[in-house]
Amino acid sequence: MMLDAIFFYAFAALTLAGAVLTVTRRNAVHSAVWLVVSLLGVAGLFLLQQADFLFVVQIVVYVGGIMLLFLFVIMLVNLDRAAHLRQFNKQAWVALGIALAAALGLAAILPRTYASGPPLAPPEGNTMALANVMFREYLLPFELASALLLAAIVGAVVMARKEEKS
Amino acid sequence: MIIGTGHYIALGAALALIGTVGVLTRRNIVVILMSLELILNAVNLNLVAFARASGKLEGQVFATFVIAVAVAEASVGLGILIALFRNKETVDAQEIDLLKW
Repeated sequence: MMLDAIFFYAFAALTLAGAVLTVTRRNAVHSAVWLVVSLLGVAGLFLLQQADFLFVVQIVVYVGGIMLLFLFVIMLVNLDRAAHLRQFNKQAWVALGIALAAALGLAAILPRTYASGPPLAPPEGNTMALANVMFREYLLPFELASALLLAAIVGAVVMARKEEKS
Repeated sequence: MIIGTGHYIALGAALALIGTVGVLTRRNIVVILMSLELILNAVNLNLVAFARASGKLEGQVFATFVIAVAVAEASVGLGILIALFRNKETVDAQEIDLLKW
């Protein structure tokens, strides 16, 4: 149990530090690299909760797929000029105030929700159990997700395609 | 010292707030999209924690769907960003004001 706490706090620190640096870095490439750190921290937290399948998906899809896409786009669009501009907009202080108010509200209601009570034992064989639930009870949402991904592929290609001069 | 569901929810709330601040304050659209990914990760963290608290796997199934939606969002969003950059030569959210009058 002690080891559990140590790992939780280590991964939580990794996640939050990566997130803060993602939001504050000037260079978008640095932001992307810190986002990778944050996503790996979340992956570690998945593993800590015995969500093996999501741990692998997080690394393969997020770190391997989405972040690669982000880095490709950063290389495609020229960000040199943007890096020299002011990084935060004029409403930054208002936004910070709103976020602070939301933080206070969340801090007020958090102790009343799941603050206590030990977590239950997870089902054995995570990936197999997950597949059983997903393909038996949630088959329609699964197929809808595949349709959504197909639409996203077509949409991304249409959006990023060069206009043909006619 | 036992790490309960509350710890994970608190962490998810903090991560979502950091992402919200990023979306609301940054001017670079690429970083705004990255902050959106942070918010979606906070949601996933909460879903997995709830799944563990209830002893069922539904939360993890839903987290998988959230990841699929995040992939769709990122690919279409970055496609729009490339189209936008081709037309306006900027990634600054403040300069994209075609709908303003």
